[in-house]
Amino acid sequence: MVGGHDLATRIRRLYLPLAAFLVLMLFPFYWMLITSIKPNRELYNARIMPLIVHQPTLKHYVDLLTETNFLTWTYNTMLVAVVTTAVSVVLGTMMAYPLARMRFPGAAVVAIGVAATYLVPQPLLFIPMSDIINRLELGNTLTAVMLTYPTLLIPFCAWLLMGYFKSVPRELEEAARIDGASRFQAMVRIVLPLCTPGLLSAGIFAFTLAQNEFLYALIFLAKSEVRTVPVGAITELIRGDVFYWGQLMAAALLGSVPVAIIYSFFVDYYVAGLTAGAVKN
Amino acid sequence: MAVGPASIARPAPVAGRPITLRGLLEREGVFSWIMLTPGVLFLLAFVAYPFFYGIFLSLEEHPVARAGRFVGFANFVILAHDGVFWQVTRNTFMYVAVTTVFKLLGGFAMALVMNQSFRGRNLTRAFLLLPFIVPTALSTVAWMWILDPTFSIVNWLLVHGGVITSGYSWLGNASLAMWSLIVVNTWRGMPFYGITLLAGLQTISPDLYEAAAIDGATTTQRFLYVTLPVIKPVLIIVTMFSVIFTFGDFQLIYALTHGGPANATHVFSTWAFDIGMSGGQLGMGAAVALAILPALVVLIVGLTIYLRRE
Repeated sequence: MVGGHDLATRIRRLYLPLAAFLVLMLFPFYWMLITSIKPNRELYNARIMPLIVHQPTLKHYVDLLTETNFLTWTYNTMLVAVVTTAVSVVLGTMMAYPLARMRFPGAAVVAIGVAATYLVPQPLLFIPMSDIINRLELGNTLTAVMLTYPTLLIPFCAWLLMGYFKSVPRELEEAARIDGASRFQAMVRIVLPLCTPGLLSAGIFAFTLAQNEFLYALIFLAKSEVRTVPVGAITELIRGDVFYWGQLMAAALLGSVPVAIIYSFFVDYYVAGLTAGAVKN
Repeated sequence: MAVGPASIARPAPVAGRPITLRGLLEREGVFSWIMLTPGVLFLLAFVAYPFFYGIFLSLEEHPVARAGRFVGFANFVILAHDGVFWQVTRNTFMYVAVTTVFKLLGGFAMALVMNQSFRGRNLTRAFLLLPFIVPTALSTVAWMWILDPTFSIVNWLLVHGGVITSGYSWLGNASLAMWSLIVVNTWRGMPFYGITLLAGLQTISPDLYEAAAIDGATTTQRFLYVTLPVIKPVLIIVTMFSVIFTFGDFQLIYALTHGGPANATHVFSTWAFDIGMSGGQLGMGAAVALAILPALVVLIVGLTIYLRRE
């Protein structure tokens, strides 16, 4: 029997700090959840103990889905995220492959260019970008955000995938080419399948980044019908003097669900992508 | 697709052999550039062009939807004489510096705690990362409610815990608002540090610790002379990236305080948004946004040099 001393040490070094971190990180989500199912008479009465729900209700969810454009926003968000993720993973792969595995004139310049575009922050681009989108007459269309999100996602995908592509031994590709495969066939049939984890990481990351995008959507999407969930929630559900917190928390929770589901299925790929190098914070 | 039989190995190109399309596509240079072209064109059109157009705009007086007028460095001169500009500069640097220290220390502590073996570690890791993956605007909305002037749960806990007698206005008071932003940014970014540093810690061989222990090293010495040196590269890269992206932070501040009260929490990005978008002064807005460039260039060059050296 290992004495109580070891257990005490373990509580002090592991369980207590771990519990503190978990409470700190997860409390806002708990708060979102219970706020979204509290009736207004509990939410706005300072004398009622706020940490638990006394009489849960789904009223805020019903109101959110019937009285606001939340479902349209969700559809817009998903559509934009799926399209931009697909475009970015494909174009990112096409850029990363030669950069990681080939020697050609201009390689160094392109590599530096990709790194630079990855690190250029959005605030540096959004004002000129708004003028460009206006001149293209794309304001209030989802095309505007579908064109602008990949500016963040393509360099990210290329950056992440270069590491994976470099790890595949050149001999495998050479063997395939000796057997008559073209460069393209060697890529699609030999190298890419071996890099499936990398492609999954890039896709999941790009998807969460696309769901998280806010600035371009805020600038380009001024009509309610074309808005995404984050912008719709911030601009339309916060209504000055009215008590709206239940509905707002319901929107925040439901808006986080798609990302959370994808994340829970692929958490290992997500962490792999996170630690594979560098990541948008 | 035309795949030759496996038995026919393609001979090396011989001088005088006619150039075929297929032969051309097999050249590394041609193949590479065909693959690169769509992405390169896209990035040139939607990153490089706006970037340089932004520099051009910053030299103009350019009200939205009207033609611009070249004014040279007038916008920058006006900014240099504007007290708000310097306040925004101080805000930005304080925001970046303090959150970085908090995220780094908190994340390191998180990584060290998580680097012990226990049941359910992967599940715990998944939960700890949640603040980082959930859309920032949505989690920030939860923080608005947590910090609400009337119904703040933080105030409720502090009052009922006997720490204070009446609640604070977390987002309404100038200095408290900045600290509130710092707390929320730390909450969101700390797991990123924690999980990447944990991955770094897990590459340290237990043999190293054993050897150090045999040599009589204390826990502190093992941390200083084994853990830190090994994890230093990860630490530096994670921090540099985090700093670069915190400089560009917009949505958390926009959602939580809009830069207020009275510019107390404006950073370059939110102030540029106010001037360029809400105020419609594209030229001045572009000039404000460009003000982060010098700090950014220093960071990016530093990072590049460090990565080259590794």
